[in-house]
Amino acid sequence: MTSGREAQNAHLSVWGVCKNFGDFTALDDVSFNAAKGEMLCLLGPSGCGKTTALRIVAGLEFQDAGRVFINGDDVSMRPVSKRNIGIVFQSYALFPNLTAAQNVAYGLVSSGRGRARSRERANELLALVGLPGIGGKYPAQLSGGQQQRVALARAMALSPEILLLDEPLSALDAQVRIHLRSEIKKLQRELGVTTIMVTHDQEEGLTMADRILLMRDGKVIQDAPPDKLYDQPATPFAASFLGSMNFLPALDVGDPKRVGFGRVSLAVLKSAWKKGDPGTCQLAIRPEDVVIRAPGAQDVTYAGNVLEARVASLEFRGPLYRLTLRLVDGPDDCPPLIADVSARLAGRLDLSDGAAVQAIFPVELLHVYAGGL
Amino acid sequence: MPEIVLEEREGLLSRLSGALSELMAERWMKGAFIGLIGVYLTVLVALPLYGLLSKSLYDKTGAFIGLANFTRFFSEAALFSSLSHSFFVSMTATAFALPLGFAFAYCLTRTSVPGKKVFRAMAMAPLLAPTLMHGLVLIYLFGKKGLVTKGFFGAAQALFGVSGFDIGLYGATGIIIAEALYAFPPVFLILSVALSMTDARLYEAAEALGASKFRIFRTITLPGVKFGLVSAFFVSFISSFTDFGAPKVVGGSYNVLATDIYKHVIGQQNFSMGAAVSVILLIPTALAFLANHIIQRRQSAGVAAKAVPYSPGINPARDRLAFLFCAFISLLFLVYLGVGLYASLVDVWPYKLQLGFRHYDFNATGGGGYAAYFNSLRMAFYSAVAGCVMAFGAAYVLEKFKEFPRLRQFCSQLSLLPMALPGLVIGLAYIFFFNAPGFSIEAIGLYIPNPLNGLYGTMALLVLSNLIYFHTVSFLTAGTALKQLDNEFESVSESLSAPFTRLLTRVTAPVCLPAILEIGYYFFVRSMTTLSAVIFLYSADLPIAAVAVANMDDAGDTAPAIAMCMLIVVTNLVARLLYGFATSGLQKRTRAWTRR
Ligand SMILES: Nc1ncnc2c1ncn2[C@@H]1O[C@H](COP(=O)(O)OP(=O)(O)OP(=O)(O)O)[C@@H](O)[C@H]1O
Ligand SMILES: [Mg+2]
Repeated sequence: MTSGREAQNAHLSVWGVCKNFGDFTALDDVSFNAAKGEMLCLLGPSGCGKTTALRIVAGLEFQDAGRVFINGDDVSMRPVSKRNIGIVFQSYALFPNLTAAQNVAYGLVSSGRGRARSRERANELLALVGLPGIGGKYPAQLSGGQQQRVALARAMALSPEILLLDEPLSALDAQVRIHLRSEIKKLQRELGVTTIMVTHDQEEGLTMADRILLMRDGKVIQDAPPDKLYDQPATPFAASFLGSMNFLPALDVGDPKRVGFGRVSLAVLKSAWKKGDPGTCQLAIRPEDVVIRAPGAQDVTYAGNVLEARVASLEFRGPLYRLTLRLVDGPDDCPPLIADVSARLAGRLDLSDGAAVQAIFPVELLHVYAGGL
Repeated sequence: MPEIVLEEREGLLSRLSGALSELMAERWMKGAFIGLIGVYLTVLVALPLYGLLSKSLYDKTGAFIGLANFTRFFSEAALFSSLSHSFFVSMTATAFALPLGFAFAYCLTRTSVPGKKVFRAMAMAPLLAPTLMHGLVLIYLFGKKGLVTKGFFGAAQALFGVSGFDIGLYGATGIIIAEALYAFPPVFLILSVALSMTDARLYEAAEALGASKFRIFRTITLPGVKFGLVSAFFVSFISSFTDFGAPKVVGGSYNVLATDIYKHVIGQQNFSMGAAVSVILLIPTALAFLANHIIQRRQSAGVAAKAVPYSPGINPARDRLAFLFCAFISLLFLVYLGVGLYASLVDVWPYKLQLGFRHYDFNATGGGGYAAYFNSLRMAFYSAVAGCVMAFGAAYVLEKFKEFPRLRQFCSQLSLLPMALPGLVIGLAYIFFFNAPGFSIEAIGLYIPNPLNGLYGTMALLVLSNLIYFHTVSFLTAGTALKQLDNEFESVSESLSAPFTRLLTRVTAPVCLPAILEIGYYFFVRSMTTLSAVIFLYSADLPIAAVAVANMDDAGDTAPAIAMCMLIVVTNLVARLLYGFATSGLQKRTRAWTRR
């Protein structure tokens, strides 16, 4: 739990927020902080409470317990109009009967600026999001990507403390989405606005966020920068939600530096041990971390953790091949091991169904999730 | 460490209370609006209805008699017959209106019949006139001195050697024809919506599988509109079951519930028996409405999100057949209006056939004449304006505000109730409620003088009765339009610190303007034509056109009565034209932002 002092230093701070809808717990003791200018991403499967968390930060929904601070002020009970935040919704919610410029100026006019100055500022904002000269068009006359940016300009019009984006790119097609990812990120950096983005697209989270809050069933599972989240997933769920991960049944032999694995034992780092599901002990390694060598080859880089394997199938994926391997010495209930090798290496090894290979688990890339911890 | 916590808590507390008051201001403001809607519906729907129900348990002298009125109704054949009569005529009228309305709607949605716009407008013609006129025109056609009965003033005799033909209009026959006519437009509307919603892909699939035309009709078309058919059935049934105008004119001695209520109240001054019969009229109506509501709710859950609209190809034989049918029905309506016009112009039917505007003078007749007409015009205009505000306002508040969910739900349910209330029931309930000098609540021995007593016999009460009588349809129209707006508009506007009124005036109302116009038009036309809601509420110094028609007909002044009907029809036609101009002007303006 975050301490009071720390919370008041962060730009945005959420403390122990709980939210129930009837009997259903949508958020269970959610806490996080965001520093000024940071981009935080709420990531998680559908229905895990991301939108609810965002709406509570916005003041569109009120928490049953817990508090929200912006700039050290307790805004827990303030409605959205008193929180100085900008929101971009998944649907963009652009007013259909107002032009792009009128949409952007909507908040400016009611904030008491003159009409002319509002219009000027609206055009500035539209230029800022890369849409100069479209001010006179109606939303229906704009492409999805343009609409998205108009919504962004409208949200930024009052220079909000916090920008909230709910699945901002999910309504766009793949090409535009990838382009807009970097655009939004660039803009966010330039403006230095503290941003919270909700997404269930892991790639979007990994590429855009400074920090990711991984959620599941209304709880925060892990709060870490994207690379750390990918390299050091705190739970099996975190490991499998981002990228792919092999989970192999292992045996806790009481030695923090070794685990039993079928007929062999493998070396692991002491720091590789993390808490897993109760009553289990699992080795975990990402497919791209498995090293594949020709049978009998001696590799000085990888001293230990060499396993005999046979290729059960291989699948061409462009730059790489995805191999499904049977581990010869693995335990009886061992699922097939998935390993990615570059297309070049696969060609050199002359891989085909049934071929024998060595699968090496580099010790620093192995994770252990044990229920007993 | 402890003192830091303490200091923090104090700071928090004061800030919290400050924030709380800000939040409350907006919340209470919205709450006040929701409360206003609640009071409006409670005072104008719930309380009068309660008054009517309790009145039915008393006798003429005001003594409590329990269910005695009802036992009397069910034991006296003369009284009870009106219930079976009402059932009989409404079921029979529905049996005509439903297939005809279905065929007409089918032609306009599933064939490429030319002139769809004209036919669509023609189908609405019966709504422009009060149902009294349906009866009057029938009298001019099939009555004792009717065109058909008398063989077209002897022309048939001269040309074909046939004398007239008497269909025995007065009684069930006349009521059934008039009610079928009256029910046709709504049946057609409901079914054309249902037919145009069916998914074209189903037909493509069926054709690809080689199903015959008849099989496709039986297995796809009919099931696809079954909810529409059920809804059309109930709407047709209710409108025939509760109508007062047509049976009053052509019913003769054939008594139905609606005319019975009138006779009990106006003829015998037996208000409590009137109330009891009202309750008997109300129960089947409310049940039909409830059944329809439940079925429709189930339907909306089953509609596919992305249906491909069906577009009929060209099929000359089918389209020609469709044209003949639509032209025939339209011709019937034209003849109907034409006979009305002709009858209003003929000097002395059927003896002196010179045309003139003598009957439009109204000087020699009772009923109020032009004063009544202008009162109706004013009433319709006020109802249109106030109806827009109240029906759209209620839908807006209940749909878009998120505060006080319980109260909003209560108001939404009350908003649906008026649809189940026949006009006579509303009128009678309003007599009891607004004419009462005060209410004594015996349980706590309290007497409250009626603050609304002053409304009795005023234009305001007439308008209010129309607002409630036509509330539900308009409320649902507004609700549908509002539901099409993104729910996040409110959130966006709030996040930009704009008050909700700004969003309402700048976005919500402009986008919903077509629906608002439709509501205004609907209120105007219905208020112009309604008889049942106002017949108990008008006063001698505040005559109303539709009531004047009824009174002139009673006095035997049939020609001036139909002349007054023609004035109403022409007024409604003008309103229709204005509405058409307004919407097409609006479309031009909105095209800019709805199309690329
Ligand atoms: N107003 C509400 N009433 C009842 N339940 C709600 C309400 N809002 C959200 N929920 C429930 O709370 C849970 C979390 O909802 P939320 O919208 O926060 O999920 P999400 O993580 O944003 O999911 P998605 O990725 O599908 O948008 C869901 O199971 C949802 O059904
Ligand atoms: Mg969501």
